[in-house]
Amino acid sequence: MAEVLDNALGALTGLIKVERLRKLFPVAAGLFQQTHSFIHAVDNISFGIQAGQSLGLVGESGCGKTTTGKLLVRLLDPSAGHIYVNDAELGQVDLAELGGKQLKTFRRRVQMIFQDPYESLNPRRTVYDTVVEPLTVQGVGNLAWREEQVASLLELVGLTPASSFMFRFPHELSGGQRQRVAIARALIVEPVFIVADEPTSMLDVSIRTGVMQLMLELAERFGVSYLYITHDLAVARYMCQEIAVMYLGKIVEQGETEELLAQPLHPYTRALISAVPIPDPRLKREAIEIKGGVAAPVDPPPRCRFYDRCPIADDACRDSEHPLLEDKGGGHLVACYKV
Amino acid sequence: MSTTNHGNSALAGSTAVPGRIPPILSVQDLTMHYTTRKGDVWAVDDVSFDVARGHSLGLVGESGCGKTSVALALLRLLPDNARILGGRVCLDGSDILSLDENELLKVRWKGISMVFQAAMNALDPVYRVGDQIVEALQTHLETMDDAKARQRVAKLFKLVGLDPMLMDRYPHEFSGGMRQRAVIAMALSCEPDVIVADEPTTALDVIVQDRILRQMRAIQKRLDMGMIYISHDIAVIAEVSDRIAVMYAGRMVELADAVDVFERPMHPYTCALMGAFPSIRGEKRELVTLPGEPPDLLHPPPGCRFHPRCPRATEICMERVPPFSEVNGERFLACWHPVQNSSGRSRPQTAGANGPPASCRHDVRNARGGYARPGEVTHG
Repeated sequence: MAEVLDNALGALTGLIKVERLRKLFPVAAGLFQQTHSFIHAVDNISFGIQAGQSLGLVGESGCGKTTTGKLLVRLLDPSAGHIYVNDAELGQVDLAELGGKQLKTFRRRVQMIFQDPYESLNPRRTVYDTVVEPLTVQGVGNLAWREEQVASLLELVGLTPASSFMFRFPHELSGGQRQRVAIARALIVEPVFIVADEPTSMLDVSIRTGVMQLMLELAERFGVSYLYITHDLAVARYMCQEIAVMYLGKIVEQGETEELLAQPLHPYTRALISAVPIPDPRLKREAIEIKGGVAAPVDPPPRCRFYDRCPIADDACRDSEHPLLEDKGGGHLVACYKV
Repeated sequence: MSTTNHGNSALAGSTAVPGRIPPILSVQDLTMHYTTRKGDVWAVDDVSFDVARGHSLGLVGESGCGKTSVALALLRLLPDNARILGGRVCLDGSDILSLDENELLKVRWKGISMVFQAAMNALDPVYRVGDQIVEALQTHLETMDDAKARQRVAKLFKLVGLDPMLMDRYPHEFSGGMRQRAVIAMALSCEPDVIVADEPTTALDVIVQDRILRQMRAIQKRLDMGMIYISHDIAVIAEVSDRIAVMYAGRMVELADAVDVFERPMHPYTCALMGAFPSIRGEKRELVTLPGEPPDLLHPPPGCRFHPRCPRATEICMERVPPFSEVNGERFLACWHPVQNSSGRSRPQTAGANGPPASCRHDVRNARGGYARPGEVTHG
């Protein structure tokens, strides 16, 4: 499966290469009963991210975006598959197989920013405590050096002057400021790769743009790549060079951002794009209707995952396995028999 | 409130829709505070707007700007610490703010009803969804017997795109989108004159949101209701509104025809809001970043509340509250230094999808680079 993407296994050029990554969650039937079914949250997905580039992972709630993100920083252990990371210091490592001390060292290279800055910061810790913690855990530098690092990073994320923010508690900060603290915490260990899980969706418009711009600037400055998880295609367009569309644990389409938005090929991507409201009262969008809603992928039958809702599906789609991602030209990958 | 200019909107005439249809709902100089231990929160200050039958007003602004407080005040559903300090809310001629509890019961649901943001919490989990609507019907329309009420519920379910067979299910058996539809059906049940929708699709996925937006708009037109649609998302507002009211820090800053607000915004805050929203259509452009944060309404800044963040602010903005008054006919504005658009309507301008119009561009700080806008669409 996914042979198309396998060819570069030996010569890994990108920063991250995910191969046939899978995560199954057991559906518990009862305390002493055997587990009979699984939710296929992430099912055999493969993709790569180039150094300094960002990939937007979009899809509706429940499609496996966040699970993918958590797998990539090993907050969850994959059921199968590989996550190859090409690191300047540590060389090529399969993150999926790391454990113990190695994994801890590696956490310096990959970090995560969470959606809700109201919940992701410990309310009983000051900004300084929160931001310095990764350095303490990793045992980097001495106290004075760490303090200096925290101060300079706080300035960098726009919490100026740092001295007035250092010893504040989260409840004394606004939503935008909290998310800036979370960004500082992720950056302090100088990671090469950050999973950002809807980092701006809880923020107000006038503040959101500032955080988005900050993240773009920092990416450029530190050469960080993001896996940017979002339900909002318009945000993904601003943050990412490439977009991957997920549906029920599968990537159904992936391509260069502008290309994918201008020429969506997969029927799901088309429906998704047509449903995004446009800030222009004169514009009347044409509706591409798809049936039903998203169901949890509990032991999905061997057919295209989108079959039940697809407007163009036929018997072949029902009788065959879920289609593989195929290159339709210029790196625009689509998983559909009918395209 | 020393410098607040009371009665501006009364002087300026009706804030209603073009064509001058008499409004079904008219809000005038509504002022409301929340009393807290730290002092008074100036949540709603001198807000005026009208809604006519068959028209929808989009109320847009960031969180904490008073959108929901206005909505709750319309139905007198405010929490105990809220104090209405002035103003009138006239529904079909009668002032809701002066009604007693009994009269109020008659107005709620039949005169004006509300769709709340959290559909999950708006339904009682231990009663069947259909029964909850039947209860609402029988409370407000005394002549309704069980059979008739159930028939009505079946019709309502069809209207909002739910299978009438689902009437006897419980809320937990519904998906988020289905629950929101049920709540909309309930709000429509007594055929209100005005429906207030407070971010009804914010928690929903984009495909479900799209369906519900289309349906709400169609129903509102068909039943000839007035609608107030509250959202922080200008893209959603653009889709459902005939007129748009922009709120900032408890005050109304701009109210005009939807197309005018998007193509010729006059208030610097409206300009910034338009430029801050990314779109998937049109040329990709730089997003506008507005410096600072909305003010703390415990201690709102004197004068224009937007002045600390406003690139056009001068001394007068810090001292005097700009009156919310009529400009150019049919549009209302509260600004001492509005963004002028000299060439008016005939000038080719691109709409929101391509960013704020040219007249706005140099007004917003931190806009790095220009907006690339080749291939401008020429309107009119």
